[in-house]
Amino acid sequence: MKAFTKTSKTYYATVAFALLASFALPACAQKLLPAQSEISFTSKQMGVPVDGKFKKFDAQVAFDPKRPDAAKIALTIDLASASLGAAETEAELAKPDWFSTKQFPQATFESTSVKALGGGKFDVAGKLNIKGSSRDVIVPVALAQAGASTTASGAFTIKRLDFRIGDGEWKDTSMVANDVQVKFKLSLTGVPAL
Amino acid sequence: MTDSTPSRYTDTAIVLHWLLGLGLVASFSLGLYMADLPLSPQRLKLYNWHKWAGVTILAFSFVRLAWRLTHKPPADVPMPPAQRSAAHAAHNVLYALFFAVPLVGWAYSSAAGFPIVAFGVLPLPDFVPVDKALAQAIKPWHERLAWLMAVVVLAHIAAALKHHFIDRDNILSRMWLPK
Repeated sequence: MKAFTKTSKTYYATVAFALLASFALPACAQKLLPAQSEISFTSKQMGVPVDGKFKKFDAQVAFDPKRPDAAKIALTIDLASASLGAAETEAELAKPDWFSTKQFPQATFESTSVKALGGGKFDVAGKLNIKGSSRDVIVPVALAQAGASTTASGAFTIKRLDFRIGDGEWKDTSMVANDVQVKFKLSLTGVPAL
Repeated sequence: MTDSTPSRYTDTAIVLHWLLGLGLVASFSLGLYMADLPLSPQRLKLYNWHKWAGVTILAFSFVRLAWRLTHKPPADVPMPPAQRSAAHAAHNVLYALFFAVPLVGWAYSSAAGFPIVAFGVLPLPDFVPVDKALAQAIKPWHERLAWLMAVVVLAHIAAALKHHFIDRDNILSRMWLPK
């Protein structure tokens, strides 16, 4: 009896998992390969470009290049994982005037619509939420496929003051420019062929 | 021979001497002051000013060196051979430091990931890679060499004043505008 119970438990669990997977898979079939992905940003301090990057982020992607209308792309970025050239600036970034990572640990992006431009290029419109402020952005994305993996890359510019990044005495855009360029390269598996 | 040796430095050499002297003192003082400031827009601004001053001093030091190599300085005033050697050695060390201090500072800035953009508009090339460990290794040398320059500059000033006011050989007139 004991053995039977165990077997049936395994059986039901397997069935349940298969059912769950059959619902979940079409909605979220793609996986991010974090080790091969990058999200970086460049700000300008008195004309000096300073590069930084986020070490920790995740993406939930349901995307078929042939059906962009049905695409759902969501990103979460761990703001405390931001790294910059110098340790003292990294410590500064976590403070309330900048990312305020204690109160707002994550930035998120959620797509609202995806438009195919042809040639593996797409405009992804969505909501970018950083530090409690949400803004509509349009992110140009170029897809490149090699074997089983797909690389989605692109760059866009945000205004840091839209998100109160660099508040207080740092608001002066002649010191730190308002424009911040964000660059990304996301490596995904399971994206259907272009 | 005595006719070809001038009694004073050329006007150009004199202007470069005092302008760069002033620039070095200002840049050194700014460097000392800014290094202990907490991170703020003020500190960021002063660091950039210091870098702009440093690369300007470096550029004018090339002009100064070229001028010095192509124009005859006045003859040495009479003094014991040891003092004469010390004076010439000090001048050589100062010239070497006019280049070494800004170049090492520039290298530190590049290695730390903050390339220099002169006056906020002219990006200067990085001649060392962005490397945190390298930046930490370079950093103390900018400061040490700057302090070495400060010590040699003080000795230079003390020697000039000693000649002028104790030996009364009127040495300052060689480096002062004509009357």
